[in-house]
Order: sequence, then C-alpha cells, then structure tokens
Amino acid sequence: MNNGKHPSEAISLEALRAGDRAEFARFVEVYSGVIYRLALKMVNNPQDAEDVLQETFIKAFRHISGFDGRSKLSTWLYRIATNEALMLLRRRKHNFLSIDEPIESSEEEQEPLQIVDWCCLPEDELMSTEARKYLDQAIDELPTSLRVVFLLREIEGLSTQETADVLSLSETAVKTRLSRARLNLREQLTNYYGERMGRKHLVEGGLP
Amino acid sequence: MNHETCHNLLESLSDYVDGSLGEQLCAEIERHLENCEDCQVVVDTLRKTIYLYHATSSPPHVPDDVRSRLFQRLDLDEFLEKEH
Repeated sequence: MNNGKHPSEAISLEALRAGDRAEFARFVEVYSGVIYRLALKMVNNPQDAEDVLQETFIKAFRHISGFDGRSKLSTWLYRIATNEALMLLRRRKHNFLSIDEPIESSEEEQEPLQIVDWCCLPEDELMSTEARKYLDQAIDELPTSLRVVFLLREIEGLSTQETADVLSLSETAVKTRLSRARLNLREQLTNYYGERMGRKHLVEGGLP
Repeated sequence: MNHETCHNLLESLSDYVDGSLGEQLCAEIERHLENCEDCQVVVDTLRKTIYLYHATSSPPHVPDDVRSRLFQRLDLDEFLEKEH
C-alpha cells in the first residue's frame, strides 16, 4: 500500500538501531517496492529477484547498527541490494560458464550510430505494447555494468553521486556508463522504429 | 556521422541533454548542431529515448505473495495485515 508514497517519509534510524520491529516493518513497507523493482530488472527472474529482496532486508536488519548514517538510508539499502544482485549474477555466470554476456568488455566498444529520425512517429506507435516490450528487452540486454548504473540513475532516480556511492565508482565513471547505456538504448530503438518506418515507406511507396 | 567532431561530441551528448555540461562545451555543441543534421537527429532521438523509458517504466510494486513471504522471512508477520 505504500507503493505510491515517497520513501523520504522519515524512518527513524534511532528506532531501527534500537531494534524497534514496528519501525523495521515500516522500513520494509516503504522500500520493498523499489528494491524489488531494481532486483527484477537486475536479475530478470522473479524467483531470483525475491531472493535478492529477502536477503537485502535480512542483511539490513542484521547490520543496521553498523550503518554510520553518512549516506542516506536508502543509498545504503540500494548498496546492499545491488551487491546481492551482482553476487547472484556472478554465481549464475559461474554455473553456466560464459553463456552470459561479458560484464566489462562491451563497455568500451563504440556503438554503431544509425541516423533515422523516428521522433515524428505518432505517440501510440512509439508507446505500443510491442515497442514497450522491445525497450524492456533492450534494457535487460544491456551489459551488467551499464544496466546497474542505468537502473539506479534513471529508474530509481538516484543522483550521480549517490549512484557512485552505491557502486563505489567515481562520478565520471557513472556518467560515462549512463551515457553508454542511453546511446545503446537509442541505437536499439532506432533499429526498431527505423525498421517500422522503412516498412511503412515501402508499403506507401508501393501503392499505385 | 563520419565527421570527427561528431564522434568527439558523442560522449558529451548525454550530459548535454541533461543540461549538466559546462557553458563552453555546451555552446560548442550548439554551434555544431546548427550545421549538422545528423547530430541533431541523434540528440532528438536520444531525448526521445530518455522520455520513452521514463514514460513506460513501471511503478514500484511488490506482489502480495512476495510481500507475505518477505514479512514471514523477516519474522514480521504480525505487521503484515495491519499494514496492508
């Protein structure tokens, strides 16, 4: 029921540290939605996402006394969740050898750049169920190192500095990865909409 | 998109659309965009891409069964009904 609420509704750190279970339940209520969404998009599997969700709050519960309060509580929680998700992906990768994508290599590659102006397509075509599915899949297929930055910055709305804190990266690295993720998605959408525009063009051109 | 300037500017476009570029680089990009249709298309479609993934992203939500199991696992069942 708290899904629409803003997480900044003050959770008392003092009460959490004192082991106040009602406050912890409120903490779980406020943050479980965003943590589950992040987990789902990180591991792409509801069962694994549920494991990440549970482990995140178990660890938060266990380690709250060690939380120094220098970062926001939410940033600290995102860090735990992100580490859980990344560990799970590493385990999965290990189990299935290298079928999974390379984690770092594609980060340095220069994206191919297609020039098709698809901005003029009507909104219902841009946002069709099929287009949304395509976009979701493109996000799922981003290399992990880009996807995690993309999700924290663009879907969870963390600042560059908060994202850098969560991932122990420099702010420059966060910006670079976000840039690469965005350009990658732009490229994927250009493939998709470009093809649709081309097909339409052909049909229209083919009319007497 | 073969021009060297275009490729050099590419890595700054993300900051440019966020409005977080320094004044000088921003002015440089704007000057370039006036004369480069290709880069203008990249900027427009990049902006639209950002708009689309924001507009289509799902709100945070935990399915009821997942939520119940989470509260049970955390030994917080007593707060489950009260909160929901």
